[in-house]
Amino acid sequence: MAKNPEQRGLFPGALEIMILQSLRLRPMHGYALVRHIQRVSDDLLQVEEGSLYPALQRMLKEGWLEVEAGTSAKGRPTRIFRPTDAGLRHLEQEMASFEKMFAGITRVLVAAGA
Amino acid sequence: MSLFTRFFLRNRRYDDISVSIREHIDERIDELMEDGRSREEAERIARRDFGNVTLIQERSREVWQWQRLESLLVDLKHVCRRLRRSPAFAVTVVLTLAIGIGANTAVFSVLNSVLLRPLPYPDPQQLVSLRLTAPGAPGLAEFRDELRMSPSMYLTFAAHNRSFQTMGVWLPGTAGITGLAKPEQVNTALITDGVLQTLGVPAIAGQLLTAADQDPRGAQRVMLSYGYWQRRFGGDPNIVGRIINVDSQPRQIAGVMPRGFKIVNYDFDLLVPLAFDPVKEILAGFAYHGIARLRPDITISQADSDAARLINVWMHSWTNGPHTDPFFYKTWKITPALQPLKQAVVGSIGNLLWVVMGTIGVVMLIACTNVANLLMVRADARQQELAVRSALGAGRWRIARELLVESLTLGLLGGAVGVAIAYAGLRLLTAIGPENLPRLSEISLDGRSVAFTLILSLLSGLLFGSLPLLRYVPSLRGAQLGAMRTASLSRERQRGRNLLVVAQVAMALVLLISAVLMIRTFIAMRNVDPGFSAPASLQVMRISIPETLVRDPQTVLRTQNSIQDELAAIPGISSAGFAASVPMSGAEPNWDMIFIEGKKYTSEELPMRLFNYVSPGYFHTAGTRMIAGRDFAWTDIYGLRPVGILSENLARELWGSPQAAIGKYFREFPSMPWHEVVGVVQDVRENGISQVSPATVYWPSLMGNLYGPGPLDARRTVYFAMRTNRAGTQALISEIQQAVWSVNSNLAVASISTMQDIYGESMARTSFTLVMLAIAGTMALALGILGIYGVISYAVSQRRREIGIRMALGAKKSALAWMFVRSALVLTGLGVAVGLGAAAALMRLMRALLFGVSPLDPVTFIAVPIALAAAAVLASYLPARRTAAVDPVEALRAE
Repeated sequence: MAKNPEQRGLFPGALEIMILQSLRLRPMHGYALVRHIQRVSDDLLQVEEGSLYPALQRMLKEGWLEVEAGTSAKGRPTRIFRPTDAGLRHLEQEMASFEKMFAGITRVLVAAGA
Repeated sequence: MSLFTRFFLRNRRYDDISVSIREHIDERIDELMEDGRSREEAERIARRDFGNVTLIQERSREVWQWQRLESLLVDLKHVCRRLRRSPAFAVTVVLTLAIGIGANTAVFSVLNSVLLRPLPYPDPQQLVSLRLTAPGAPGLAEFRDELRMSPSMYLTFAAHNRSFQTMGVWLPGTAGITGLAKPEQVNTALITDGVLQTLGVPAIAGQLLTAADQDPRGAQRVMLSYGYWQRRFGGDPNIVGRIINVDSQPRQIAGVMPRGFKIVNYDFDLLVPLAFDPVKEILAGFAYHGIARLRPDITISQADSDAARLINVWMHSWTNGPHTDPFFYKTWKITPALQPLKQAVVGSIGNLLWVVMGTIGVVMLIACTNVANLLMVRADARQQELAVRSALGAGRWRIARELLVESLTLGLLGGAVGVAIAYAGLRLLTAIGPENLPRLSEISLDGRSVAFTLILSLLSGLLFGSLPLLRYVPSLRGAQLGAMRTASLSRERQRGRNLLVVAQVAMALVLLISAVLMIRTFIAMRNVDPGFSAPASLQVMRISIPETLVRDPQTVLRTQNSIQDELAAIPGISSAGFAASVPMSGAEPNWDMIFIEGKKYTSEELPMRLFNYVSPGYFHTAGTRMIAGRDFAWTDIYGLRPVGILSENLARELWGSPQAAIGKYFREFPSMPWHEVVGVVQDVRENGISQVSPATVYWPSLMGNLYGPGPLDARRTVYFAMRTNRAGTQALISEIQQAVWSVNSNLAVASISTMQDIYGESMARTSFTLVMLAIAGTMALALGILGIYGVISYAVSQRRREIGIRMALGAKKSALAWMFVRSALVLTGLGVAVGLGAAAALMRLMRALLFGVSPLDPVTFIAVPIALAAAAVLASYLPARRTAAVDPVEALRAE
């Protein structure tokens, strides 16, 4: 159920990269993470809660994230997520392969336009 | 990671998830309120934006779950909740299944223990029974289905065979044990060397008997069974080496056999070595059971041809004495027919067990169809719910899975209760202990039985679960919310149920016909004159007088005569007598051919006659009628007069009529004086009610010795019969014991029972089959009638509208009721037609169990369908009557 019909779905793995990259800068709780991605992407990207929370659990299970009890800005109890070393390594690998892919796609698009 | 920490961690994960989500929504609400919205509005928007909290929570949790298993558990939880909500349905189904599965498990356990499980000896597949047949010895088949081995055969086989690792012969017997407490008769197994070695079970104390014990002048020790060791010696660990008096002869105890050890199928107290003296043995003496362990590379047919060769060697090596023809036995055509020992143990019971298993299996099928019917009705009721769920996006597989989980749960619940029922049933069976069920002590619920139950439960769950499934799940495609009165749809559903009813009726008919045939068999057997009268007032017991106790045969007879007189003097005993064998007692029969005076014998094919040896007064006591002539007198016996009494069928065969036989002469062989026929008695069912009465010669109980040393030959083991109204009472038994001891205090009384008990045992197989089939038939009938009742009453409730219309148009109430009864009769008729065909085919298999009634007995084949049809009319009339209560206005207004 896309909230905005003009938005297109993310490709597989994209959500995980964004989560890892965001948390590398600053460990956050779930809501802050959603807000952060929205703000940084200038509202171009909106993360659905329906995907975010299962994705966070999947990444916990893979060992890319760890979780600790913390408090939110309003002082309520919440859970703070931070990336593990394994998570950061995964991020590096994925970024490298994304860059390669983007480079490839860009070249093809440029050649087709020429 | 242990299961516990895993669960602990998981619960923490679940907490994390819900805390995160709660905070997420709260923070969003705060933000919205900061933008100036009211709290209510903010909450609504926050929740709407977030989406389905439960679903997201569940998806997040799923990451940590064994998904399949847990969603199955959830299904299971739903099923249990639903079943708890309709307890009557659940209890009916579970009980129906439990009874069906329980009965099947019980019968399977018996079948498994008796037929399928290997014998409790090492490498049991190598064990064979040395069975011989003698098709050239006519009449033998009347009392034996085989020719047993003689001692000389054993000696030949043991020395010259090329097929056996070990072999031996054995014979059940009895012995008096004295010097311990009261004199006691125990069951002995007389064994040669090789019997224990063949069975291959080591002793638990001491050692096995060996070849040295076989020497007629050797040690001749004995071994104890575990049971006798416990019973008589309290399990004394120092028992080996002790001396006990066996038939007044001191013998050393060599060892003890382990618990449950039997010689083939025979439960003994004492193992006594046989000590054949090769110098004295002759060809004859066909009394011994032979067993052998085949060499690993030898097949039964190879062993058979080896045995055929050995029989030839045997005839060349031995004689029956001077002036006899050692090749006389060629005319008997002695043929080896070795069989696996298991087959010898199980005997003819296998056939019966398969019949019972099949019967119970059919009952299970009927029970399953009934449950399927119930489930269909239930699924009908849930049709709307299922359609709604399907419209809301539940996949067909999802719904099918839930229905299947439900029926499998019911099946497993039924199986669990069924195991309890089977366990109780088996305890009961072993407690009753039917005499002629082999391997009774081995019967138990083992892993295989439990696996059988599990498979049966799952299969039945699948069977009765898939029938409603096949009907309903495809129709879920076009969601028919509210389209519930489509006539064609319900008619199609009705057709499925009708088919089930036809199948039920057919199966019930088969079972009922077999039950009725067994009842008629039972009645026919009850009407047979067994050759004795009023068995309930006939007390029987056995007394053996061993040679070591009383040497002189004449004294043996005097002792027996005194016992007979003492017994007859007991108050309440009107007469007494004794014989070497009483009917159906299982005593080893003696038999041979006889020659009659004045007849030239050219053909050597003379039939075998059963021999019995009786005292004066025995026939009168047993109630065996004298047809002609007179009974023996004591003067005949003490005077060694050459007289004999014949059975009626033998007298008719030889001289045409009982009267004509009186005064005629016969003998067993040329060196015997001619014996005069002084009496003819009625035929006796010696081997059981359903067996033909063998042609029998009754000799005096003391005769000139024709076989062994010494001038006289007395019967040392005889059965005393007493006619008394006090038969079977404890007081009488102790008075009998006192009377016997007053004659000789070293004599023990054995096998005390009434003739009624012996008679009952010989009927046991028939009564057992009868009871099983009657139970199965009754269950089938009840289930079938329930099936008809259910279908008709459901049809009536489904067709209320139609009935209303018909009534409004002027149909008579009775005509409407008849319409339903008629449809039930059509179903019953179809079922009967199918069932009759199946019964006609199947009853042939039961031929061996029937007596005095044809497997296609017309009375049964006509009466049972009529009775079934009558029951169907009744079962359908009750619900059909309800059509009368339909108010046309209401029925039409209802929708």
